[in-house]
Amino acid sequence: MNAVSTELATYNFAYLDEQTKRMIRRAILKAIAIPGYQVPFASREMPMPYGWGTGGVQVTAAILGPDDVLKVIDQGADDTTNAVSIRAFFKKVANMAVTTKTGEATIIQTRHRIPEEKLTAGQTLVYQVPIPEPLRFLEPRETETRKMHALEEYGLMHVKLYEDIARNGHIATTYAYPVKVEGRYVMDPSPTPKFDNPKMHMSEALQLFGAGREKRIYAVPPYTEVVSLDFEDHPFEIQTFDKPCALCGAENVYLDEVVLDDKGGRMFVCSDTDHCEDRRDHGHCGTMLAYDKETAR
Amino acid sequence: MTDAPLLKVRDVSKFYGARIGCRNVSFELWPGEVLAIVGESGSGKTTLLNCLATRLMPTSGTIEYRMRDGQMRDLAHMGEAERRFLMRTDWGFVHQNPADGLRMAVSAGANVGERLMAVGQRHYGNIRATAGDWLRRVEIEVDRIDDQPRAFSGGMRQRLQIARNLVTSPRLVFMDEPTGGLDVSVQARLLDLVRNLVHDLGLSAIIVTHDLAVARLLSHRMMVMKDGQVIEQGLTDRVLDDPREAYTQLLVSSILQV
Repeated sequence: MNAVSTELATYNFAYLDEQTKRMIRRAILKAIAIPGYQVPFASREMPMPYGWGTGGVQVTAAILGPDDVLKVIDQGADDTTNAVSIRAFFKKVANMAVTTKTGEATIIQTRHRIPEEKLTAGQTLVYQVPIPEPLRFLEPRETETRKMHALEEYGLMHVKLYEDIARNGHIATTYAYPVKVEGRYVMDPSPTPKFDNPKMHMSEALQLFGAGREKRIYAVPPYTEVVSLDFEDHPFEIQTFDKPCALCGAENVYLDEVVLDDKGGRMFVCSDTDHCEDRRDHGHCGTMLAYDKETAR
Repeated sequence: MTDAPLLKVRDVSKFYGARIGCRNVSFELWPGEVLAIVGESGSGKTTLLNCLATRLMPTSGTIEYRMRDGQMRDLAHMGEAERRFLMRTDWGFVHQNPADGLRMAVSAGANVGERLMAVGQRHYGNIRATAGDWLRRVEIEVDRIDDQPRAFSGGMRQRLQIARNLVTSPRLVFMDEPTGGLDVSVQARLLDLVRNLVHDLGLSAIIVTHDLAVARLLSHRMMVMKDGQVIEQGLTDRVLDDPREAYTQLLVSSILQV
């Protein structure tokens, strides 16, 4: 008796109760069956505030098995608060293996980025989505946006891109860039930079999107066509960077700007920390890294 | 005018519970014809217009429309997708309040271009050129193309709304008090513009108005409504110059003479 009373209350595997997980799995299956379609689900209160990834956490909790290896990234980094907390959360409530290595993970929960390393069959990418409705800022009525999806009326999406060009001379949407999935549903790829949009196309990995506050789940199954919307005379383009990563010298990757001092010093480094570390371990060296070694001596 | 009607309306009634919106309205509209529906507030003009434009479902009666392929189709039996497609290509709807018909948060060019993009145009340059052309036709300076309608005056907004509706060359335009809320000089210019556009494009139009002067200027034929029923219809000049029903006589004699 004493042993029981002193023991901490234990959670069900992966925090959510089994009925909730079944409910979420049903929503996920439906989402996979209709690529890009937003499936409503009964989102639960999670032990974190809305906006911190409650949707992603619920999707992850529903698909986790004891043998899975979880990686969590926030802005591409494994060591930011959100990523560390969610990783620790699942380590605690599911007692499972966690990793920071993209290649070793079976489930990767992400906000903002798709890892630079190519994802392979069997891996699942779970996105935390704040606003799942791509038409929302142009059409505030949910009844109307649902009807527009149902009837495939997507002219409005191009109105947004038109406005971009009219105001800025080019399509200035750089994140949450709308895509058309499998030639049918227009989907918001969550706040990922448009740099990552091409990686969604024909991806070998399953991609699941969870929006906790908005209570929606949607999915892009493996090998699905994902096309970024554009105009014939203003084609879709991804961001380019003038310099390679200052630490690992990688080119054609998404870079973060880091301000170094108040005299205008700055560096551009890989947003994907795992990719950057891996490259450095393999002997790649950027300009700032070499400089650091010099001064250290 | 060709020999087949564009719109055939048979015994259309709309009840709001026990109240009557409109009752047993029948008429035919021919290509190129402008029909005015006049009457006092609450006489069922707007209810009838909304029923015709499928914005409301009539309680009974049928409305048939001649599609571009020449087929007569019953609007009530059309799928929603087809009906909405019809509404944004072959039809136009000009609201009394331009804010209801415009997207106030996007530029004038995008407002005009929206229908083009909705029917699949994907060339920015062409869309913008067409939008600019239409702004010119409704007498809005082309350098206002990137301004939002918020920055426009009431008259400009109404003209922009008309341009936005006409860009897909519709065959039928519904107008609900298009000159309501505009001052008289702006009204006159707008009426002039609408009359020219209707004439140049060979549009058919159904215009709801309580202003008999608007009906006189724009319409070929008119219907007078009272308490949800059509009490008199005929050629505009005939109805206005030789009104038969007592109510129409009252209406005509109520016009203020300056």
